[in-house]
Amino acid sequence: MQSIQFKITLADRQIAGLTVLAIGLHMIEASFPSPLPGVKPGIANIVVLFVLYRFGFATAASVSLLRVFASGLLFGQLFTPTFFLSLAGAIASLGVLWLAQALPRKAFSAVSVSVLAAMAHIFGQVCLVRLWLIPVPQAWLLLSPLWLTALLFGISNGLMIQALLNQLAPPHQPSTD
Amino acid sequence: MADRGAWSACFTMMQWLARLKRGFQHIDGLLVGDWLTIALCLGLILLYWPEASLGQAKKCQIRQGGQVIGVYDLDQRRRISVKGPLGVSVVQIQQGKVRFSQAPCHNQYCLQQGWLSHAGEVALCLPNQVSIILLGERGFDSLAY
Repeated sequence: MQSIQFKITLADRQIAGLTVLAIGLHMIEASFPSPLPGVKPGIANIVVLFVLYRFGFATAASVSLLRVFASGLLFGQLFTPTFFLSLAGAIASLGVLWLAQALPRKAFSAVSVSVLAAMAHIFGQVCLVRLWLIPVPQAWLLLSPLWLTALLFGISNGLMIQALLNQLAPPHQPSTD
Repeated sequence: MADRGAWSACFTMMQWLARLKRGFQHIDGLLVGDWLTIALCLGLILLYWPEASLGQAKKCQIRQGGQVIGVYDLDQRRRISVKGPLGVSVVQIQQGKVRFSQAPCHNQYCLQQGWLSHAGEVALCLPNQVSIILLGERGFDSLAY
């Protein structure tokens, strides 16, 4: 019998640990009542953005997508509309995060990046709603009010991320970005 | 004694403020780009805000049980009676607006919808199977491109 062995690297452990953190935050958030469906602070994304700054885009993308799948499993929502909404939001915001890496750090803090990601998250979700869940043009009416909440939560999450990044010692300057 | 209480409350409040400031001092504040981003996002939000993007309706369509009763111009003063399974619903058109003014249904949600004037708005009376749909150009079809 040949046993299959995976080589677990340090990066794997980091991704796993950070994903657990994101899942935990997501579960805490899910236990709070929301005044409207779709209006959520998205505190799990604090982890994703923190990872983006400290570990780079590839790790952040892994953490974000793993979080979506793992939360889907944990909440029993895997491959339901809720799950696909979550996935659409995650993919859209990752796309914008990839672009946002090009923003100069001197002028744009984590607040900008967080706001842009939150707005993209909503845009991705509303696109999915328009294309699949409620395929009528009126679905676009959701966009602007949800964007407003995204802006507010994006700013608050961004401030938290910036505070977190400033509190921690800077990573090794020569090797990491 | 009251004075001392007030002073002590002031002191406690200042202590709390100092603690709050200490807690937030590692936030450097927003950078230029952040304000730019926020302004840009606010602009987008205003641009696509439903009220701004809904055009004024010119006509309304009234349906009962899947049948189109008729399409009516909103530039007139008119009451239209529509017969449904529960009785007669009355639709009132006046000054470019339209509403249900009387309905035989139990919950009266259709009346609570109030006056409608924007293209794409809808008022329904499910029990009596009557609907009003406002027709007209909508503002933001360009979003689809």
